[in-house]
Amino acid sequence: MTTNALPVSPHHREPHPVDVQHHTPWHEYFGFSLDHKVIGIQYLVTGFFFYLVGGALAGMIRVELVTPLSDFMARETYNQVLTLHGTIMIFLWIVPVVNGAFGNYLVPFHVGARDMAFPRLNAVAFWMLPPAGFLLLSSYFIGGAAQSGWTAYPPLSITTPAVGQVIWIVSVLLLGGSSIFGAVNFIATILKLRRSGLGLFQLPMFCWAMLGTSVLVVLATPVLAGALILLSMDIVAGTGFFNPALGGNAVVYQHLFWFYSHPAVYIMVLPAFGLVSEILPIHARKPLFGYRSMIYSILGIVFLGLIVWAHHMFTSGTPPWMRLFFTIATAIIAVPTGIKFFNWLATLWQGKLALNSALLFCCGFIFNFVFGGITGVALAQVPFDVHVHDTYFVVAHFHYIVFGGTVFVIFAAIYHWFPKISGRLLNEHLGRLHCLLSFLGFNICFFPQHWLGLNGMPRRVAEYDPQFQLVNQISSVGALLLAISTLPFLINVAWSLWKGVPAGDNPWQACTPEWLTSSPPPVENWLHEAPLVTEPYDYGSPEDAMPVTTVQGRELWSAGR
Amino acid sequence: MPIPASILTLAAGILLALISLWAGQNINLMPVAAADDAGTVDALFKVLFSIGVGLLLGITAMLVVALVHFRRRDGDHLDGPAVEGNLPLEVFWTAVPAIVILILGVYSYDIYAQMGGMADFHHHTSMPPREVEQVSLGHPADPETVIWGGIDRTDGMAFPVEVTAMQFAFIFHYPRQNFTTGELHLPLGQPVELRLKSNDVIHAFWVPEFRLKQDVIPGQPTVLSFTANRQGDYDIVCAELCGPYHGGMRSKVVVEDPRSFEEWLVHNTPATVATAPDSSPIA
Ligand code: HEM
Ligand SMILES: [Cu+2]
Ligand SMILES: [Cu+2]
Repeated sequence: MTTNALPVSPHHREPHPVDVQHHTPWHEYFGFSLDHKVIGIQYLVTGFFFYLVGGALAGMIRVELVTPLSDFMARETYNQVLTLHGTIMIFLWIVPVVNGAFGNYLVPFHVGARDMAFPRLNAVAFWMLPPAGFLLLSSYFIGGAAQSGWTAYPPLSITTPAVGQVIWIVSVLLLGGSSIFGAVNFIATILKLRRSGLGLFQLPMFCWAMLGTSVLVVLATPVLAGALILLSMDIVAGTGFFNPALGGNAVVYQHLFWFYSHPAVYIMVLPAFGLVSEILPIHARKPLFGYRSMIYSILGIVFLGLIVWAHHMFTSGTPPWMRLFFTIATAIIAVPTGIKFFNWLATLWQGKLALNSALLFCCGFIFNFVFGGITGVALAQVPFDVHVHDTYFVVAHFHYIVFGGTVFVIFAAIYHWFPKISGRLLNEHLGRLHCLLSFLGFNICFFPQHWLGLNGMPRRVAEYDPQFQLVNQISSVGALLLAISTLPFLINVAWSLWKGVPAGDNPWQACTPEWLTSSPPPVENWLHEAPLVTEPYDYGSPEDAMPVTTVQGRELWSAGR
Repeated sequence: MPIPASILTLAAGILLALISLWAGQNINLMPVAAADDAGTVDALFKVLFSIGVGLLLGITAMLVVALVHFRRRDGDHLDGPAVEGNLPLEVFWTAVPAIVILILGVYSYDIYAQMGGMADFHHHTSMPPREVEQVSLGHPADPETVIWGGIDRTDGMAFPVEVTAMQFAFIFHYPRQNFTTGELHLPLGQPVELRLKSNDVIHAFWVPEFRLKQDVIPGQPTVLSFTANRQGDYDIVCAELCGPYHGGMRSKVVVEDPRSFEEWLVHNTPATVATAPDSSPIA
């Protein structure tokens, strides 16, 4: 390791003593630690804190929408709450947790390394997060937060109060920078730090997902940064890049914004796909079905994800050929995405499924994401999108994807890796209750919103036509249920950390390298040499050892073999 | 005697197909259709809905069957079979969705072209710009009159209305009669062309019953042309976040039979006819 000491230099990079302290001292979690596991947990806890903040904001939105009138908060406040909610959920919860938290915790294990390639950069990336988050929140108290939505389209973002909007830009720039630092680190770690003898096509699927995601981050995030810097100049320096009143072009901003923000949706979901690919085989006791096709579909999604951004602009001022091109490219993404879902179903089929919280959350994810994918393909069809663009139909679509998809996977992953991280199991009864309440609450909250959008309710409104009141109230009840669903989870985590059943090193009898060490792992991940795992999904008894009795669906799977 | 799995699978498949066809035809989630192409969009939606229902039910059924049938029984510590893949199966579930999606793409392209979505507005600099109202008003082209996008199937022959969006209202100007109102009136069964421009931020003009929406962008006029085909009052909704009162930015469109529409026009037309300048008093 480099000895080029930073002022806040940590301690444990010095030569390792033989008897390693497995329990990281608590204060290290609040410091500039270089340990990828500590950083991963820092990301997870920080992200969860902001999830609670963003959730409280969502609660305020749903309370306002209980009645058709704007009567719970001022209209300006409503738009601030809406903007903060979206920005926090995306940039401070989903992206940092699926990338920063699980990426940092797992990737070094999976490649057989003792840390990330650039531990200091890694710590810097994490420590950009809390200031950015608190800056964003503080803007509410100094002159009001940004009011133009997480998309910040000019000229609205140029005409709303400048202080809040500029703080929003600075904060998103910091978060984007953090995400780029993280991505560079993942790419270097996966490509360069693999244990000798470990080939790329022997890596666990999560590493491939992180590789694909990181490529997207590195290619797309700088474009967002550029767009936001130009926007801030329009706001503070009176330039006219996007300001039509000064001869600028407002639609160019949309292109630049979505050039990042469509890939961003894959930045939020590809790592989740990777986590599901890790969790399912273990609890189904079967190999991951279609390892190679999983990898190719990740690569396909990465490539296609970069060339579909204008599907967010079908009603904007785009030339016709663009609409045609982006319709087809967008719908085609469903093919590699679909492959992954069929592969997961095939992984479950004929398995020995442990119906625990991790697996059930994954199944909830499959249902919700398939739903969101179907509405996504519908939205890709321009004539239909012209009707529902910017309505509650779109709100429902992306919540099915981001909440029903990614957030469900985050919870699955917490149930799955908590024993490794803490050395204790989470309580399964509370876990399954959490899963059930989340699934019900989520679907009650967002399913009815499709109807609202189809029938004329636009998004981002504090007041609406009275005919939509009942359905909005149903949706708010779902949101309440969702809020309640976090209680069993919080209780579970607190209680299990304190009194949970000791997990042992490998409670799930898993093959991947993070399980081949103690729980929690020592600072250098393994006391001995890093294990060489060339078959990360080596579960299942050989097929010819199967009893030749009637097993349903058997014909299907053995056909063509 | 147990029923062979292949027959069960076949029966389930047929049932699934029937349910999704039935759902597509009988579950109506859309508001009434009041413009010529709204019915076509609804037909597309029905196809999408059928496919969606079939896919969702099929996958959910597989998931539930797996969870029930393949759940780990007490005391079973064995693994499942070590199946790592199945090439024909993987080719199958790659090819079938790809084909379905390409067919859907062609189908919706066809509808969109029919609606006028592929109309060429020549807004690239090398082409002569199409001007707004070049015939009846005889103005020279200026950049603000270039059309940047929209839906146009009428080739400039339709009845024109100029729509101006501003925080937080829509204003309608009838250039031929030269008057301005806050309520849009349209003749039943006659093609109209709305020319949309914005005075401040981006808004979006949406009439759910017409299934039409178009962003109204400052500095980039757009157009929306269609034929309303059902009498009645409908809401015009602003669909793009445009500031604190965005949710209250609504107007009304009245579709009436051509005779009452003419009467309404005459009633509103100012006494000094058509020679006045074309700019609306507000804009
Ligand atoms: C099957 C794949 C998918 C397709 C075909 C698809 C298609 C679309 C389309 C066409 C829109 C634009 C709708 C509109 O604004 O009119 C959209 C919006 C959106 N999608 Fe998807 N989508 C897919 C998957 C995803 C995924 C994986 C995510 C995130 C993890 C996602 C998140 C979003 C978000 C956040 C928006 C709304 C953005 C906004 O306007 O604020 N989608 N999707
Ligand atoms: Cu997108
Ligand atoms: Cu508006």
